[in-house]
Amino acid sequence: MPINYYITLALCLFAIGVVGVLTRRNAIIVFMCIELMLNAVNLLLVAFSKMHHLAKGAAATAGSDGQLFVFFIMVVAAAEVSVGLAIIVMMYRNVHSININFLNRLKH
Amino acid sequence: MNITQLLFWILTVIAIGSALMIVTSKNPVYSVLGLIVTFFAISGHYILMNAQFLAIVNIIVYAGAIMVLFLFVIMLMNLSRATETLKNKWLQIVGAIAGSCLFLVLVAALKNTEIKKNLVEMGTGDIGLVKSLGRELFTTFVIPFEISSVLFLSAMIGSVVIGKKE
Repeated sequence: MPINYYITLALCLFAIGVVGVLTRRNAIIVFMCIELMLNAVNLLLVAFSKMHHLAKGAAATAGSDGQLFVFFIMVVAAAEVSVGLAIIVMMYRNVHSININFLNRLKH
Repeated sequence: MNITQLLFWILTVIAIGSALMIVTSKNPVYSVLGLIVTFFAISGHYILMNAQFLAIVNIIVYAGAIMVLFLFVIMLMNLSRATETLKNKWLQIVGAIAGSCLFLVLVAALKNTEIKKNLVEMGTGDIGLVKSLGRELFTTFVIPFEISSVLFLSAMIGSVVIGKKE
């Protein structure tokens, strides 16, 4: 497959994630849209790594850096989700809502 | 159109449709289910590109661990009913327009790149297998790998401290 199909697919998923972050007020759905954006970037990194491997066919390990970066992105995302859900639970315990408009009192 | 292209288009339609389901559904549980379907479709794309290790890790870590965590939080806080009270139509319209503009600008900017016709290797090549990725991970990337264990420890302590009842 040409690389521009993968670029367009990843951009489409990323734009859907951006629309979700901008329009939804539910903190958990905003968080899931951020996960969707991370996965769009992961898909594009894997596609570029396979493209690089095909272009530099001589070296056997050319392009494996991209897939290892995807692995590290997954590691960081797992840590981020655990901390973020703890913050959402604490927010729900304090204000009994997960509407992120309640967070604008952080500016006072 | 051979079988690889057919599978590519099927997985693309599934991924985009379920991603739209995340954004549009009122019930958060349906959003979680849509995100799980999206993750499976992206894992299917990884398998098509012969990145088998990442496909399995994506299913285990994302669809298996992270989404179960989301479902636990939604069910513990009893949020499965529709709770969004704000019905600001203009905000939603403006957000959709802004996201579409971002998509259009990025596609237009990347439309005439030189690498546009470069092919992605499908189904062959062994850089995505566990053997070669593991060798790279434990030789070149061994220091970031060890640092990520410290990151996990700090995330674990942080979530316990934040979630603790004082």
